[in-house]
Amino acid sequence: MQVSDRFRFRNILQLASSFAAVALVLASIVLTCSQPANALPAFARKYGLRCSACHESWPMLNYFGQKFKDNGYQLMNDRDAPIWQNPGYWPVVFRITPIWHRVSVGKVQVDTYTAGAPDGGQAIQRVSSSGFDLSGLDFHTGGTLEKNISFYLLPSSDPTGAFHFEQVFVRFDNIFHSSWFNFKLGRFELDNLLSEKRILTLTGNGGIYQTYHFIPQGDGNIFGQIGDNQLGIEYLGHSADDRTRISASLVSSSDGNVNLSTTANAYTGFFAASQAFDAGRLGVQRVGFYAMAGEASTYYLTEGGVPIGGSGIGNKSFSREGFVGQFYFGPHVGLTVVTQHGSDNAWFGQGYGNAEATDGNGGTTATCSSPAPGCPLNNVPGTPLPAGAQSPSWNGATFEGHYIYSPQLIFIGRYEVEKMSQQANGAACTACLQSSSGTFTASGATPSNFGNISTYTIGFRYNPFMTSRAGLAWHNEYNWLHQDGTGPANLTTGALTNINTSEILMGLDFDF
Amino acid sequence: MRTRLEKWSLLLSAAAVFVLPTVSSAQLSTSDIDTRLGTESHVGNITGHAKDAKGDYRRYCVGCHGPLGDGNGENAPYMQPPMYQQPRDFQLGIFKCRSTPTGTLPTDQDLYDAITRGFDRSNMPQWNTLSKQQRADLVAWVKHFSPRWVGEKPGTPIPIPPEPEVTAERIKAGRDVFARMQCWKCHGVQGMANGPSASTLQDDLGRPIAAFNFTDGTRPKCGDTDQDIYRIFMTGLDGTPMPSFADNIKPDEAWDLVFYLRTFMSQKSKEKEMAKQLALKPVDPNAPAGQQ
Repeated sequence: MQVSDRFRFRNILQLASSFAAVALVLASIVLTCSQPANALPAFARKYGLRCSACHESWPMLNYFGQKFKDNGYQLMNDRDAPIWQNPGYWPVVFRITPIWHRVSVGKVQVDTYTAGAPDGGQAIQRVSSSGFDLSGLDFHTGGTLEKNISFYLLPSSDPTGAFHFEQVFVRFDNIFHSSWFNFKLGRFELDNLLSEKRILTLTGNGGIYQTYHFIPQGDGNIFGQIGDNQLGIEYLGHSADDRTRISASLVSSSDGNVNLSTTANAYTGFFAASQAFDAGRLGVQRVGFYAMAGEASTYYLTEGGVPIGGSGIGNKSFSREGFVGQFYFGPHVGLTVVTQHGSDNAWFGQGYGNAEATDGNGGTTATCSSPAPGCPLNNVPGTPLPAGAQSPSWNGATFEGHYIYSPQLIFIGRYEVEKMSQQANGAACTACLQSSSGTFTASGATPSNFGNISTYTIGFRYNPFMTSRAGLAWHNEYNWLHQDGTGPANLTTGALTNINTSEILMGLDFDF
Repeated sequence: MRTRLEKWSLLLSAAAVFVLPTVSSAQLSTSDIDTRLGTESHVGNITGHAKDAKGDYRRYCVGCHGPLGDGNGENAPYMQPPMYQQPRDFQLGIFKCRSTPTGTLPTDQDLYDAITRGFDRSNMPQWNTLSKQQRADLVAWVKHFSPRWVGEKPGTPIPIPPEPEVTAERIKAGRDVFARMQCWKCHGVQGMANGPSASTLQDDLGRPIAAFNFTDGTRPKCGDTDQDIYRIFMTGLDGTPMPSFADNIKPDEAWDLVFYLRTFMSQKSKEKEMAKQLALKPVDPNAPAGQQ
């Protein structure tokens, strides 16, 4: 070995030993700091179970957590009623997520400048924005009022601090001492096995299930959003071990909006059933289906030409149905599949139904009447359905895979696809309505792929500690979404363009 | 002459040497337990493997039972008697709910049933949402904490004769057994867990423990069928003051006692109706033997 080589080797050794020492000390610090925190998530605190007992990865429930929820937030161990609780127990959890994210929208119509001044021209370009940000704040509070009577209350704010009641309900469980008779009343999430309220992803487009929210472009049906919390009553029945579950809900077709301000006098039924079975070393698998059918109003009575709030009539129908499967391939790999076939009445396809949808000129229900320009689309008696208008229908699917390295580290991958099978504006359309950037204009047939969505989301959540006392997840996620035909029209040819958006997000998701 | 880099390296290394052992000291006996990772369980035709249960134990159980299975999980300090019961120390290899005679190890099926059924009036829930294989694996994992399973075999399950017909005479005879075995000393003359010894009860580790209250509507810890109740006082609840009466009462008398205990319980039962018709009075602790 040459002297210079020996010298280089010695330097490498010194560097290596330094790195090793620093790594050891850092490891010591991390291990020392990873002690149980003092703050207590509500149910974990009450029962002394770790987050991981009920959550595949917080907040997504596992089978045990689902059973706990189905029993009315009870473990059924004769210690569920408040009388058995520690007097210091206070069932409140706060959840908020400080984040950094970068959002990139592929096509945005922007003004152009010449010599520092607007030149009256426009161009289409990608717009990206990044920065530190904050999620809204959730106050989860829930528990038992008495044995087999429980509640949930979730005041929730947007990032600016404006609050609303995201969930509020009271439930009665094990009526007649039977797990087959449980009811709840209030505002709640429909019985979706893949719960959007417990979604593991947080980006703007990846933080919801597109399959649960998809409606055709320009469709006026404000309901049909099975991912949103709804106002109504739900029956739930399940076997003692929760292998078999059935539920039926009757909800207002108001998409959970209060004061009957949007759609009133219309109801929707939602039915779900599933069966789990033991597949040995693969784990417990579950398959099921759901179906929703309902009506929503398409116009309002008016006084002096002004729509009367809550007077929605002219109900038209819609439906959603699909298959759900939760599959496990051993202790580490899981796959959830949700499919959906959706269909709306042709009136919805023409934009009627949403009291807040206007013809794009800024009118509101309080200031104008339909069908004057600038007013909500109002299907007043005698309004003809444009020739060629037809019921839009579509098919969608969500595939969400998880790799659970340990209860503290989960990798998530999701692919969703939503495809129109029949557009609202058929081939015979000459004067159908078509929404473009919120403005309804007369239009001919709509391209068959208009509004189709495909989106990918990948990410991981790492919980640096896992106790029954608090929850903290280091969250990392990337979402990419593509939609056909909804980009700004080509400035030269006027042709529809596709749009791609992407978002990368890192944050600390914590509750206590 | 040492460079500044070398000095810092030495200093940091020394610091790490001092800090790391304090962090990892709680894991000293892990290596001993790990030698038994090959432990198996046999439940029906399912073979459970301890090594396959590591993830599930960490997910579901470790918060109470602790990483070493000694019942010192992070929640243990919050589970103070009498409101809560302390998590089981698996290292001792002593279990309340068994089908085997007192002092012996439970069968794998006993442990499997305990995991499936959970324990009322404790923080141990029913884990019937886990697959059978997962539960069998967890049985093996529970066993691997205790060296008892290395040298000992589980006891032979006690035989339970067929349940006889309930009669008024049997219920009255059961009351005599209740008096003769002095069950009332802990459970009270009306089964309300308020006997003269109730307040002094301790488990084998010296922790306060409550006698079972038959009247408050809760279910017996080791199952609520007549066979389960028969089994409880014939095997005893090891680790608690509840002894086995297998050497003191005959099987027929044990059934009589089951029927009498049913008269205390708040749930509707044939025994309860019969006791009402008989106007059966509670045992008299001061009555001479055989003169209840």
